[in-house]
Amino acid sequence: MKRFALALAAAALCAAAHAATPEDKLSAVFEAIEANQLDVALKRVDALIAGYPNFRLAYLVRGDLLLARARPLETFGNVVKTVPQERIEGLREEALARLRAQRERPGEDLLPRYVLQLNPEQKYALVVDSHRSRLYVYANDGGKPRLIADYYVTLGKNGIEKTREGDQKTPIGVYYVTANLPRKKLTDFYGAGAFPINYPNEWDRRQGRDGHGIWLHGVPSNVYSRPPRASDGCIVLANPDLVSLGRQLQIGLTPVIIADQVEWSDAKALEAERASLAAALEQWRADWQSRDTERYLEHYSQRFSSPDQDYASWAAHKRKVNAGKAWIKVGVARVSMLRYPRERDVVVVTFVQDYRSNGLSNVMKKRQYWAKEAGAWKIIYEGPA
Amino acid sequence: MQNLNAPREWLRGSAILAFAFILGAASVARADDLQEAQQLFKSGQTQQALERVNRALAANPREPQARFLKGLIYTEQGKQQEATEIFTKLTQDYPNLPEPYNNLAVIYASQGQYDKARTALEQSIRTHPSYATAYENLGDVYAKLASQAYGKALQLDASNSGAQNKLSLVRELVREPAQKPVAAAPVAKESAPKEPAPAAKEPPAQVAAAAPKAPEKPAAEGNAEVLQAVNGWAEAWAKQDVDAYLGHYAKDFKTPGGEPREAWEKTRRERISAAKSIQVAIDSPKVTMRSPDQASVSFRQTYQSDKLKSQNRKTLELVKADGQWLIREEKAGK
Repeated sequence: MKRFALALAAAALCAAAHAATPEDKLSAVFEAIEANQLDVALKRVDALIAGYPNFRLAYLVRGDLLLARARPLETFGNVVKTVPQERIEGLREEALARLRAQRERPGEDLLPRYVLQLNPEQKYALVVDSHRSRLYVYANDGGKPRLIADYYVTLGKNGIEKTREGDQKTPIGVYYVTANLPRKKLTDFYGAGAFPINYPNEWDRRQGRDGHGIWLHGVPSNVYSRPPRASDGCIVLANPDLVSLGRQLQIGLTPVIIADQVEWSDAKALEAERASLAAALEQWRADWQSRDTERYLEHYSQRFSSPDQDYASWAAHKRKVNAGKAWIKVGVARVSMLRYPRERDVVVVTFVQDYRSNGLSNVMKKRQYWAKEAGAWKIIYEGPA
Repeated sequence: MQNLNAPREWLRGSAILAFAFILGAASVARADDLQEAQQLFKSGQTQQALERVNRALAANPREPQARFLKGLIYTEQGKQQEATEIFTKLTQDYPNLPEPYNNLAVIYASQGQYDKARTALEQSIRTHPSYATAYENLGDVYAKLASQAYGKALQLDASNSGAQNKLSLVRELVREPAQKPVAAAPVAKESAPKEPAPAAKEPPAQVAAAAPKAPEKPAAEGNAEVLQAVNGWAEAWAKQDVDAYLGHYAKDFKTPGGEPREAWEKTRRERISAAKSIQVAIDSPKVTMRSPDQASVSFRQTYQSDKLKSQNRKTLELVKADGQWLIREEKAGK
């Protein structure tokens, strides 16, 4: 048993504060193994299997616990060599991912660096840590994110940073849930349901990335979960997890931020970043309203683009339009600010823009990408959201 | 699974020997028949051996040594069901003897019923913590269960490999006796009167103590225990003590709709808690002991809550796990 225990390196035990999920129960099995209470471990794993007969990883652990009574184990998942090793490897990785996530849950003072501000209507934000195979759910607690749940997830077979159709990778970026596809409209493969996200987004298109059909979805009814890297790029959750997550998703509103390895920050540093960007946004609004087009244009980067214009044509167009205005009033409301993973200081800002002037008035949902250039926030993309 | 052959060798030798200790003076007249039966069995003449054993049993139907030998003969002849019945009955009549449990386990394992084999072997060891053969067999059964678990983990076709195991085992079981008995027999015989074989070293004393009160009592005790469990279940239900109620169900309880255990528990929890009051009455329960650790109880159930009143026949299948009778299946009707 020694090697078995080693393979699952013991760390400080983490008492689960919430109701026991299958993962908590699995964790309790390993706690018993580490405490060398193999009978207790076997009883716990039997109970787990009774409740979740499709939890394959639990069977692997049960196999080890039984085999350990018959003869010494050589490894975790001590299955005969004749079976495909990659399948065992998948289960081993799942075990490690689940245990690590259980034991390394971020402390209360740590927040993902991406969620700078949620708008009051956004009740939740999802943050995926690809490296840990984990999806964290943050509630919007008076504008501040608060961790309320986290789930094991399966991601693309070939890893992350999707760029091409069919590359079986999961994209990295800031996305939104765009639809709710109920179970009855899907094949069993997608399990309890599916929630597509808007890959490729504005930024992906600008980078020339293609492909489509990246969803959050469940698993087929004959399994409880899948190995950490097994999907065609989708984010896959156990069916009970998808169901509870699904209750929290708001179509078109809930952000899904997929990172390779989540960067953590503290509330104070986040607030400082948020305030500096909020100030820049307010200045942009005020300068537009002042009709001083050159000052307004200073907020735009030379590498700016909109869906159909580059910086030069955008500037020319704005100069022409603003020149004809006797007055402009710009309102900005329901602002969300989400830092883009993997990019250096790029933040996706989404808001409702209330534009009034002599001639034209309209209210629209707008999205801007702001980037820090030489210490100042500049707009590098702007378009309808 | 090679070790599963080992107990057979042992059965021929020391098990019979152990019985000899208890039953020294049992029936002198029929001792000849029994001895002859053993000789015939050892030389592979199972049919003749069976005739002699039956003769011995005609004179003394309860005699455990003859019954045990009969079980062996049936096993040898491939009549597993008959053998199972005999060994099961022996475990009921002599719950402190490890050997019948062990043999039951060997039969179960040969049928691929490793969970049952495991339970029987664990019971065997509980009656005799120093019973080496059972440990050895248990090790093999654990390994087998492990491979089943791995099969499920990797979603291999467990049914196929199970069938293969079974076939190869049956062949081993049939082939083995022709060679081994000869070697095994003398050992047992020589050491019989004075010096118990290693495995049987401690047993005799305990066995002797257990033997007198053998036949009826254990079964009756079992009955009482089972009834007590069923009453406890009905009481917890009526008291709406859901935790206690759910505690009466075995971990491998077959949920009525095949739903996951947790889902079933949730529904039960909600239903039971939702009622303002519940009354449950159990009339004329009938207990059938299927084995020392398996029982079936049929009764008329009268249920009354603020919402529903019903009366129907119900059958509970119970298993004994860790000294507790737990419900494995709940069937409406008979």
